[in-house]
Amino acid sequence: MDPITYKLPHTPQGIQKPGEPVKHISSPAVTGSSVLGIKYKDGLMFAADCLGSYGSMLKFKNQHRLHAIGKSTVLAFSGDVSDFQYMQETLDELMNSERNWEDDQSLGTKSIYSYIHAIMYQRRSKVDPLWNSYVVGGIEKGKPFMGYVDLYGTTYEADSLATGFGKHLAQPLMRKALEDKEGDLTEEEARDVLLRSLRVLFYRDTRSLNLYQIAKVTGEGVTISDPTHLDSEWEFGRNIRGYGF
Amino acid sequence: MVPTEHHGDQWEPYVDNGGSTLAIAGEDFVVIGSDTRSSDGYNINTRYDPKAFKFTNNTVLATTGYRADCKSMAKSVQAQITKYAHDHGKEMSVEAMAQMLSIMMYQKRFFSYYVFPIVAGIDKEGKGAVYSYDPVGNMERVGFRAFGSSSALLQPFIDDQLGFKNRADIKPEERELHLPDLQQAKNIITDVFNGAAERDIYTGDGLQLFTITKEGGIELEELPLKRD
Repeated sequence: MDPITYKLPHTPQGIQKPGEPVKHISSPAVTGSSVLGIKYKDGLMFAADCLGSYGSMLKFKNQHRLHAIGKSTVLAFSGDVSDFQYMQETLDELMNSERNWEDDQSLGTKSIYSYIHAIMYQRRSKVDPLWNSYVVGGIEKGKPFMGYVDLYGTTYEADSLATGFGKHLAQPLMRKALEDKEGDLTEEEARDVLLRSLRVLFYRDTRSLNLYQIAKVTGEGVTISDPTHLDSEWEFGRNIRGYGF
Repeated sequence: MVPTEHHGDQWEPYVDNGGSTLAIAGEDFVVIGSDTRSSDGYNINTRYDPKAFKFTNNTVLATTGYRADCKSMAKSVQAQITKYAHDHGKEMSVEAMAQMLSIMMYQKRFFSYYVFPIVAGIDKEGKGAVYSYDPVGNMERVGFRAFGSSSALLQPFIDDQLGFKNRADIKPEERELHLPDLQQAKNIITDVFNGAAERDIYTGDGLQLFTITKEGGIELEELPLKRD
């Protein structure tokens, strides 16, 4: 009896033959859109919506995209969800093996960031990338740190970071907010600019959702909000006529 | 249902993050300038991502190209230099480091670092040394070199001002008689980077200016550049 075979949309066509060059899956399946991160007076704040898209389909509408790693680090991701889950498993394993020393030491934000970068760069060098962009942030030895890593292994640090569409739509809003207050935002101001950014993203990014989470890292540790509804205004569309018709 | 996002046959494992570097060798000094902007297409990733790396008390590696490779290269070089210091009980010379980098790059001949490096320092005779490379490790010792997104703006200018190429007043052969002093070299770098920031969208935000002398070691000045 022949076994039943399924052809999934993202697997390479055909079966790998011996001696053939290795083929890799290199397109994402279930994806998350932009994530945002900004530094403020007491620490860092992150924002992301709760959508896991499958192409243009709004498939998972309760997808958590902000995660705590250890006690004072947040990992925010966009891109392929399953690649992220692999990364999360790897990091959990790492944090556990560090904990098993029982020396009351644990990896700080910079070490976690460095580890994520090492994995991402290694995978890009195998031309089999993990299809993600990450914003990693936290407080280490009382100092805030926030960095970006993507599927190319590209890394950089800044007071505000965004991935995906947020690079175009949210980053200018966040940079202006920081510049106006000379890099010293209050918690309210940070939350305000993140919510404004999420709203703009909801208006303009077709793969976004009006359900979001906000994460905070302060000296007290990490808090991640429950998924919250984002208010938006569409009434103005009623009076718009035209577009050439 | 297949996601609409379509990728070609093969994924490109390289990106160009822009930025420029410029090094000038003098009689007994070297100056190295590099901007701090990191870009991806029309996006500015960050305004401060230094791409010149200080190694021994005597050597600076300035890079442009694909930033992840630049950082990876700098990390490997640092590892080798530390090992050398432990093995031999002395710091690696610029000449040795320059040759080592060439070999390290050629070892990756078939999956190259997408990096245009410059190694600068003071050589064993106490003279300023600038080594320039292509991404597969072809090395050349030069008097001055510009690399990166503004190299086409910077190199012809210093060819004229420092190499005396195509000039009526001074012949290139008489270059040795007209070597710049430290202040002149620093002025050229700051002026030329302000010019590059004006015309090149990938160069700007900040300038790191390294000065290496035998007595003073490595000094670093950070100056602002246009942020638009």
